[in-house]
Amino acid sequence: MVGERPVTKRVAITDLFETASTAFEALMLNKMRTALASLGIVIGIGAVIAMVSLGQSSQKAVEMQIQSLGSNLITVMPGSQMTGGVRGAAGASTSLTYDDAKAIEVSNEVTSVASVSPEISRRAQVIAGRNNTNTQILGATPAYAEVRQLFLTSGRFITQQDVDNMGKVAVIGPQVVSVLFGEGSDPVGQTLRINGISLKIVGITASKGGSGFMNQDDVVFVPLTTAQKQLFGIDYVTSISVAAKSEAVMNQARNEVGYLLLHRHKLTDPAQADFSIISQEDVLGAASQIANTFTTLLAGIAMISLLVGGIGIMNIMLVTVVERTREIGLRKSLGARKKDIIVQFLIESSILTFVGGILGVAVGISIAVVAAKFINLPFSLSLPVVLLSIGVSCGIGMIFGLYPARKAANLSPIDALRFE
Amino acid sequence: MIECDRVTKIYRNDQVETVALADVSFKIEGGEFVAVMGPSGSGKSTLMHILGCLDAPTTGTYVLDGKEVGKLKDDEQACIRNGKIGFVFQSYNLLPRLTAHKNVMLPMTYGGIPKDERIDRAAKLLSKVGLGDRLEYKPSQLSGGQQQRVAIARALAMNPSLILADEPTGNLATAQGEQIMAIFRELNEQGHTIIMITHEQNIAAYAKRIIYIRDGKVSADNGNHGRRKAGNEEGGNHGPV
Repeated sequence: MVGERPVTKRVAITDLFETASTAFEALMLNKMRTALASLGIVIGIGAVIAMVSLGQSSQKAVEMQIQSLGSNLITVMPGSQMTGGVRGAAGASTSLTYDDAKAIEVSNEVTSVASVSPEISRRAQVIAGRNNTNTQILGATPAYAEVRQLFLTSGRFITQQDVDNMGKVAVIGPQVVSVLFGEGSDPVGQTLRINGISLKIVGITASKGGSGFMNQDDVVFVPLTTAQKQLFGIDYVTSISVAAKSEAVMNQARNEVGYLLLHRHKLTDPAQADFSIISQEDVLGAASQIANTFTTLLAGIAMISLLVGGIGIMNIMLVTVVERTREIGLRKSLGARKKDIIVQFLIESSILTFVGGILGVAVGISIAVVAAKFINLPFSLSLPVVLLSIGVSCGIGMIFGLYPARKAANLSPIDALRFE
Repeated sequence: MIECDRVTKIYRNDQVETVALADVSFKIEGGEFVAVMGPSGSGKSTLMHILGCLDAPTTGTYVLDGKEVGKLKDDEQACIRNGKIGFVFQSYNLLPRLTAHKNVMLPMTYGGIPKDERIDRAAKLLSKVGLGDRLEYKPSQLSGGQQQRVAIARALAMNPSLILADEPTGNLATAQGEQIMAIFRELNEQGHTIIMITHEQNIAAYAKRIIYIRDGKVSADNGNHGRRKAGNEEGGNHGPV
């Protein structure tokens, strides 16, 4: 007749489901409080998701830019020059020439380079008919299209013949087309004027995207020699772009080009180099690092709001424990062990934060999508981040629910039963 | 099955010591039906809590089925409360959110009884106390007497050998009280040991033995072996009934 049972027993999975549904019912008793308690988690998780997503989006934007610029590209820039012990400003010197570029191309010592594109980049006023615009003028050779993976929608690019003959031709970007000739028009064959020189438009480049300083659509290409002699009256180039044969030989290409230029400039000490070599990855890597730092910083701030949300959960659970002291006492008198009580309250707080976490993910994604659209970024959010933050929100329920749950479990059943 | 040996309980509160029980000794055998009587503040509730493993004596020993309860761990005590003891409280103490059926299943959840069996057994117990048609009612939809019958069904959930009732009829009208007592009598006949606190003489009359508590001491005990034992040890400390 005596009901015997072993001292140790297992909580079956079905019991956990039952406890969960009981917990859910308990939470539904006070809907307003439940909603407000999980709001902290919604905001916290929402903020984290939005920040991480925006970080990943800008990361993706940077990666896309690397792709569009060519990841095997290195750029030689004129460096600062020592003039009698006085170091000039970086990039301001005139140490690079078209001959340097030719030398890189033909040298037997340079084996890992596929093509070389010397460039002159300046801003100037461009006039076509009654319209004019201030844009980037790029003096280039045919290699430019190859090195920068530039495509044309109409006409042709600058040819070697144009370069050799100082041809008065221009290839223009789509944005220049729309500013000077109207969107969608094909002005091939018409002329434009730069610094008083008339140039015939022979081609239009395909859009490459980008914005601000990176805008590759707002540009007018002219033959390198035309830019040097006719437009600007200079004999140097502002940069030399070098495409390595592959990404694998980037470093080799760098060293070969550097060595050759040092030799040509009659310098022996690399520290005295009057040029510098940077790869696209260097530039964009720095940009991506800045984006990363910002993401970490913002996500850190978002974490703090998550922490505050967690404290809110703890607060509510403590109130709940006090309110249900009698219930706890009764459950203990019916044979609930400490573990049973702890599990009951932990499940309750976890449900609070789990639901809050899922809502937070939804809120965060909405914010990120809208924000990405607004600041013109491709939306990006990795699934592991979503799963992780839902996991974290559950974990917060566990961590911040533990103290109230333990408090409940440690109530003396007799004090709890007496509590009014 | 129950043996109290010089059980003393002292509450300390702000450096004031209150002696709730002083050297209480008695024995209760399996199958007895005992009423514990005494004025309020006499310590009978404290005694009940100790017997129910809800509280531990300050000194002295309480042995239940050969085990000294004070020496058991929390979880072991919880197991004893779950498996060996069924509580019936004056204010029923049902969980208001749960239906009668689920209230009765609660101890079985903690006892690790499989779900199907829980549902089945709880329904049978409720039928046994005459509430077979009220399974899905919540406590607020039941009368006091019905609620107390649910509480009794819950106390029987793990088929405990001992039923502890703390003024089970205290909140009930006479007729309902008698219904409850009839159930207790029947349970006692089926072999359950019943210990019941009451201060109503007519309720106590259902019991076969009455222990009187006054000022934390057993002042009278009409149970044969109990009286003998207590008398032997404490030198006739008990007045007549």
